[in-house]
Amino acid sequence: MNARLHTVPEQFDDPVQQREAATLGMWAFLATEILFFGVLFAGYTLCRVRFPDAFAAASRHTDMLLGTIETAVLLTSSCAVALSVREVQLGGRRLATALLALTAALGISFLVMHGFEYYAEYEEGLIPAIHYTQHGVYAHGIEIFYCLYYFITGFHSLHVTIGVVLLLVMAWRTWHRAYDADYHTPLELTALYWHLVDIVWIFVYPLIYLVGRAG
Amino acid sequence: MSTVELASPARSYLEEGYGLRSWLTTHDHKRIAVLYGIGITFFFFLGGLAAALIRWELVTPAGDLVSAETYNKAFTFHGVVMVWFFLIPSIPATLGNFLLPLMIGARDVAFPRLNLFSWYLYVVGGIFTLGCLLLGGVDTGWTFYTPFSTMFSNSHVLMAVVGVFIVGFSSIFTGLNFIVTVHTMRAPGMTWMRLPLFVWSMYAVALVMILATPVLAMTLSLIGLERLFGVGIFDPALGGDPVLFQHFFWFYSHPAVYIMILPAMGVVSELITHGARRRIFGYRFMVYAIIGIAVVGFLVWGHHMFVAGQSMYASIVFSILSFIIAVPSAIKVFNWTATLYKGDISFDAPMLYALGFVGLFMLGGLTGLFLAATALDVNLTDTYFVVAHFHYIMVGGAVMAYLGGIHYWWPKITGRLYSEAWARFAAILMFFGFNLTFFPQYILGWEGMPRRYHEYLPQFQVWNVLSSAGATILGVAYVLPLVYLAWSLRYGARAGANPWDATGLEWQTSSPPPPHNFEQVPVVHEGPYAYRR
Repeated sequence: MNARLHTVPEQFDDPVQQREAATLGMWAFLATEILFFGVLFAGYTLCRVRFPDAFAAASRHTDMLLGTIETAVLLTSSCAVALSVREVQLGGRRLATALLALTAALGISFLVMHGFEYYAEYEEGLIPAIHYTQHGVYAHGIEIFYCLYYFITGFHSLHVTIGVVLLLVMAWRTWHRAYDADYHTPLELTALYWHLVDIVWIFVYPLIYLVGRAG
Repeated sequence: MSTVELASPARSYLEEGYGLRSWLTTHDHKRIAVLYGIGITFFFFLGGLAAALIRWELVTPAGDLVSAETYNKAFTFHGVVMVWFFLIPSIPATLGNFLLPLMIGARDVAFPRLNLFSWYLYVVGGIFTLGCLLLGGVDTGWTFYTPFSTMFSNSHVLMAVVGVFIVGFSSIFTGLNFIVTVHTMRAPGMTWMRLPLFVWSMYAVALVMILATPVLAMTLSLIGLERLFGVGIFDPALGGDPVLFQHFFWFYSHPAVYIMILPAMGVVSELITHGARRRIFGYRFMVYAIIGIAVVGFLVWGHHMFVAGQSMYASIVFSILSFIIAVPSAIKVFNWTATLYKGDISFDAPMLYALGFVGLFMLGGLTGLFLAATALDVNLTDTYFVVAHFHYIMVGGAVMAYLGGIHYWWPKITGRLYSEAWARFAAILMFFGFNLTFFPQYILGWEGMPRRYHEYLPQFQVWNVLSSAGATILGVAYVLPLVYLAWSLRYGARAGANPWDATGLEWQTSSPPPPHNFEQVPVVHEGPYAYRR
């Protein structure tokens, strides 16, 4: 394995220090991400306390089947990216590239499925301010639910999109031997980021799709 | 970039390149600090002009100089600019950027490109804010309270919000850079308990920056959503909760106060140890106090909402926590005082600023306890008492420390010595001007004058005239350093590596330092402030 000689930027003493810095930087960034989503979850929780019945009713408008498939797809993609990191650590290249491409493809399919969901909701008149046709006692609470729904899933989808772009870059670079068993920090950090995208969804899924369906 | 020629003395970071391009594409933390310094100075005087307009209007009880709308826009602009474009980046982005790597013996911060990027974000955010001003301004107050900001204000709220949103990311990236730099880039022997307190304060402030600022960003996004589409979660007419906005806003904006004051405390610890030529009293307690303030600072935001319809039990808890955060702050004041005891005190300009800081911070902090008491706060909310309180902390505290730090490290940054006589004169003038401006406001607030009105009852005029007179003196005192520091750039005597005979790694390298800070990576054998006593 002759990966291109990796040059350490001048502010670092050695590759170990660089790797430590990059990894800590990513973890710190992930901490900020949690706060970004935390605000939205807090807003969701408070609104749900104010409009419990409307939120339950609104939740029933969501497409649980698609939501569940999306969850499965994201979880699978997280597994794939973890395996690709392992593969690079063991010196593999073809399989690692394939796994990264698979991860990106799963990410894209997640976005496509979400697009279908959004379209179905548009048809149903569930998009506040743009096309909203709900009536009845819960109409107002449902509007707030969908407001938060679009903000949370939209912000999450933005993260998925960024993640897919990063994964494709990583796949391209892995294929061109940029990473090997000794140096693969960017790949590892991309995987970390992708896991965060996945973890956030694990919280979004029950809050949006499942919560109002019991009872 | 360049190879260091070992035979000849190394060129300084200022001599690395002279063109505009060499500055705008630099990755050097010292140059980025200077770039920040220029932007911050510009916004400081711009925000100061808005303050001048406010004080001119308030000379007479009648609202005769500007209309109520213009007045609202003036104090909003003053607040937005001073908070996000001056105070928050002031010490961290200039002194912090310049000194953090020097103080820990590193060649640069961990992510130099990200550092430059954060400056560009600051500039873009600033352009939005200036654009907002040129289009006609915004009148919501710097707090953007809903539903006024989302449903009723006819001013350029969105543009101001976008500016603040962008500059928030600059702050996040600076914080991220500092955390990683302190963790991974320390020189051999520079253990955590040997870090100068300034570095500790930068570390604590970086934690607050990365954990609080995202909340502001999302809250402002929600405002944008509500304003653009008329749906949202803050407007009561839409079934939303305006108190929720206040919770989100202050979850960021109260820690933001500590983003402003923690770095000031770090600077003052350096100035006082040098000015008294003593080790800091109770180094470990100072460190724990810094971390304590940063942590508890996250848990006191509700004291801004004692009259906003928050639950009584929440108010009680927030009140108690607000009293608790006074403890680490007091520990710091006691330790600074104890450091002075039996010290070899010299009243040079940085020390005057530092001593001014301690006094003004104490007065601001003690009046904060008035406001932390729920019953008293009901009376004082939205009066000039609050205005005086936070100006004692932010202007009397943070700005005094910032200027003290700028003076102290000026020889290191520029390689020149400023005029000591003028510097002392400015520091003393500033102290008097400041107190004359803001102490009357305590009295005004105590007597019940509300903030944010462009006219007031005639009985308040005496104190208002005094305050405006003080503001004039303060304005002169702020322009003075601009003049004599600029003068020193060309005519000041050249400074040696360590003109103050101070300790600390930043004084072990030449002034101004070479591009990579040290000829050889320093090795640290002892704790900070190794003065004789």
